[in-house]
Amino acid sequence: MSFLNNYIYYIGAFGLILIGLYIILVKRNLIKVIVGLGIVDTGVNLFLISVGYITKGTAPIFSRPGIDSEDMVDPVPQALVLTAIVIGVAVLALALSLAIRLYQHYGTLNLRKIREQKW
Amino acid sequence: MTIIVSFLVVLMLVGAVAASIFKDLISAVIAAALVSLLASILFYFLQAPDVAMAEASIGAALTAAIFIIAIRRTKRYEE
Amino acid sequence: MRRIVSILLLVIVALGISLSLAKIPFGTPKTKVGRHYIDEGIKETGATNIVTSVVVSYRGFDTLGEVTILFIASIGLGAVLSTFGEKTVRDIEPASLVLSTGCRVLFPLILIFGSFVFIHGHLTPGGGFQGGAIIASGFLLIYLGCRERRISQLAFNLSESLGGLVFVVIGLFGLVLGGYFLSNFLPKGTVNTLFSAGIIPIIYIAIGFKVGSELAGIIDNLIEES
Repeated sequence: MSFLNNYIYYIGAFGLILIGLYIILVKRNLIKVIVGLGIVDTGVNLFLISVGYITKGTAPIFSRPGIDSEDMVDPVPQALVLTAIVIGVAVLALALSLAIRLYQHYGTLNLRKIREQKW
Repeated sequence: MTIIVSFLVVLMLVGAVAASIFKDLISAVIAAALVSLLASILFYFLQAPDVAMAEASIGAALTAAIFIIAIRRTKRYEE
Repeated sequence: MRRIVSILLLVIVALGISLSLAKIPFGTPKTKVGRHYIDEGIKETGATNIVTSVVVSYRGFDTLGEVTILFIASIGLGAVLSTFGEKTVRDIEPASLVLSTGCRVLFPLILIFGSFVFIHGHLTPGGGFQGGAIIASGFLLIYLGCRERRISQLAFNLSESLGGLVFVVIGLFGLVLGGYFLSNFLPKGTVNTLFSAGIIPIIYIAIGFKVGSELAGIIDNLIEES
């Protein structure tokens, strides 16, 4: 039980990264591969925030003037993950526009068939 | 407390496996949006309210909308 | 064959990651930089939300880089999806009366909520990126509910460029008046009020406008010919 208490967030983030990698390696449809890319993004962000957590800490905001600042969690990973989430959605939008162009040119989204066609 | 967090993590992993199994692409996108929403709740439990707000609005709503608009212009079923 | 090789590869990767994850303890303080930002944050920047002061003031240059990446992605999407022929317009059946009236009532409320989130970014959880995403969802509601209305591309491009320009111009003012790019040259005011923390609210308002109109422009480009 204490093992679960300590490492449950790591198991969740790590499981998401593995499932996302499996989707990217095995599946054949291009849009499914892009869904897998999004899942890997979510897993990595969850892992970064769970590294910066301090046990029995509070959020790093001074909402009332006299709050004790002894046990606040680390604010630096939260700032970096904020940037990473927005960059993730920008990459997904550009990838989907390239997928739409591929469908208009080849007529299919199956990666095996696209690789077999000649120019 | 640990029981609630464990339940949410198991639900998140089940959603990710479901996104890999479904053949209808719109169902796979909705399962990925469910993964984002549960990750946003876990961010709240890790004492990070800014990140939870960003993940809920960008990951769960806008990503699903962009995917569904792109699927409408291509095929719907995986072959 | 492909499945077996990839599952073997994933097992090896899983073993490697779990061996290194066992050495990272969960819940202990790990760095000293975070401690310094929490202790001296209010004195040096004046904002009570420490994550905001890290994103805009201590690491402001990284935020400038990220805004550039969003700009490049939006331009790339517009360039890939543009065609030079005539656009084929399908007949769009208009939405029902209940749906279009509801969307028209909800749209200004969503805009007010998004503006509230990014104006108070230095006092409460929130900020430019979250507020911009809420404004983009308001525009998505208009595209889904009242389908025959089109918002002009020129308004999106203008508001996005103005937001980015304000950010860079304020940084250059900081270079001239303070000695380094993005230095805080306005007075800090009293803590926990709206007009405090120097240039941080102005930068977040510019980022809120820019991110909101950028994401709405991405959705507009994707819907355009369908």
